[in-house]
Amino acid sequence: MTPAPRPLLPLGKRARVLEMQGVDKTFNGAVMALRKMSLTVNEGDFISLLGPSGCGKSTALRLISGLMPPTAGRIVWEGGEHAGDLGMVFQEPTLMPWATVAQNVWLPFRLRGTAFKVVEGQIMDMLALVGLERFAGAYPRELSGGMKMRVSIARAMVTQPRLILMDEPFAALDEITRQKLNNDLLALKARIGCTVIFVTHSVFESVFLSDRVLVMAARPGRVIRELTIDAPYPRDMVFRTSPAYAAACREASDALVEAMGEAA
Amino acid sequence: MSMTDRLATAPAPEAVFDAEEARRARMARIERVAKWVLPVLVLAVGLWLWDRVVVWNEIPKYILPGPGLVLETLIKDWPILFDALLVTLQITLMALAVAVIGGVGLAVLFTQSRWAEMSFYPYAVILQVTPVVSIAPLIFIYVDNRTVGLLLCAWLVAFFPILSNTTLGLKSADHNLTDLMKIYRASRWQRLRYLQLPSALPFFLGGLRIAGGLSLIGAVVAEYVAGTGGIGSGLAFRILEAGYRLNIPRMFAALLLIALTGVVIFAGLSFLSHLALRKWHESALKRET
Ligand SMILES: Nc1ncnc2c1ncn2[C@@H]1O[C@H](COP(=O)(O)OP(=O)(O)OP(=O)(O)O)[C@@H](O)[C@H]1O
Ligand SMILES: [Mg+2]
Repeated sequence: MTPAPRPLLPLGKRARVLEMQGVDKTFNGAVMALRKMSLTVNEGDFISLLGPSGCGKSTALRLISGLMPPTAGRIVWEGGEHAGDLGMVFQEPTLMPWATVAQNVWLPFRLRGTAFKVVEGQIMDMLALVGLERFAGAYPRELSGGMKMRVSIARAMVTQPRLILMDEPFAALDEITRQKLNNDLLALKARIGCTVIFVTHSVFESVFLSDRVLVMAARPGRVIRELTIDAPYPRDMVFRTSPAYAAACREASDALVEAMGEAA
Repeated sequence: MSMTDRLATAPAPEAVFDAEEARRARMARIERVAKWVLPVLVLAVGLWLWDRVVVWNEIPKYILPGPGLVLETLIKDWPILFDALLVTLQITLMALAVAVIGGVGLAVLFTQSRWAEMSFYPYAVILQVTPVVSIAPLIFIYVDNRTVGLLLCAWLVAFFPILSNTTLGLKSADHNLTDLMKIYRASRWQRLRYLQLPSALPFFLGGLRIAGGLSLIGAVVAEYVAGTGGIGSGLAFRILEAGYRLNIPRMFAALLLIALTGVVIFAGLSFLSHLALRKWHESALKRET
């Protein structure tokens, strides 16, 4: 039994997932981590937040996930608050070292009170999708960095949540592993039809993965440019070497330079 | 790349065994043997010297008995000493059990409620830093039951390392995992059970090993203070009693038993810790290089 993909409607007709309306976040009454951020996320979107360190990317994800409330503005979820129906991937794999790979992936189900036996099939299918079915019984310490990250992604996706947040998930990996995981992530997205907000420092990564790139600047943290990457999915090595990819990278790069310039 | 791929592409084992590797392997082998042989050798030499000093200087046995006489006494007085050992051991293990329950219970309470921690933690510290020898006489004034008094003394000494280690462990759960639990709307109880308690396990086991030794110390000290014995007296009382009667060999024999008990408790708790952590925790893993 493979996880049934969420049916994807053509762009334009897709259901809204959430909307950020003029969201501000201020820390200690002084640090403006985020100013007037607005963002509409529709089902099936792959949105990247691209920007220099300290521009509020992680803050935006923490606000969306409800880990902290906005200082001003609103975050409106379609059909009510997410109530735990959310996936999160951090820069570190963040696995429980005392639990096996399969038990780690079981965590979101377990917290809903679902027994392992009931969802074992789903967990195994998910592990197969990230290429780790043979490591279901292994402990995290037995895995390489890239494999651990795959487990983390499997855990975020296994419940097919309404939205998946990823905070620089591949930043600590080497370039080759990173490209491989980028390809695999798009393949997974095609299979499962998830909606993703992806934080990154890398222009190339954001352009390759997303249909929208939000370029952010720091002090105060804000969105200064929104790029739409029109290339159709699935994207592969052909896209990576295409002129359209190069042009989009140039555009994102320029926006990023502008963002850094403004901060300085 | 999977692990089997990596193994398959690695060169044959002989090929990577250079001089440095061979030297290191030889050293490792020697160290494995030396770890056991050296302490035994030191023990043998020590015992021999002890024996020679006693014989050559013709030291009388009521001042310093030789190792042979101590062993002889241990065997001869075994019925008395063994009964005493059981008494001490019983107090020690009961105190340890209560320390585990009390220490872990308080630690969980402290991490669940900041108010409880703020209110009670200073007093836990005060109980810990006040030497048990100075509290013990008071305890035996107010507590009629001798066993309960002994237990209370031993518990006082033993519970703190478990409390402080477990508290630290419960708080040192990975921040991102804690966030993940919040995102998934885990209840307080789920967070405790699935995240904080497993995170605290290595810390708790470290505290347990210290507490094992301390509860033995607590039991022995309390017995010294409690004094009077007769039936149901432990090893410490037997040492005192033998001291009054100038039965020095028996003092040594009882001392030997106490030391051995401490070693066995420590080894047992270390083994338990290894069993509990060997699958996943760094402390229980052999370094691969
Ligand atoms: N809990 C906090 N308390 C105070 N200031 C904070 C807090 N969290 C973040 N900030 C500040 O808010 C700003 C944005 O931080 P944030 O972590 O969102 O940046 P980021 O874009 O994720 O950076 P990076 O790329 O380095 O992860 C920074 O200036 C940071 O110092
Ligand atoms: Mg960040």
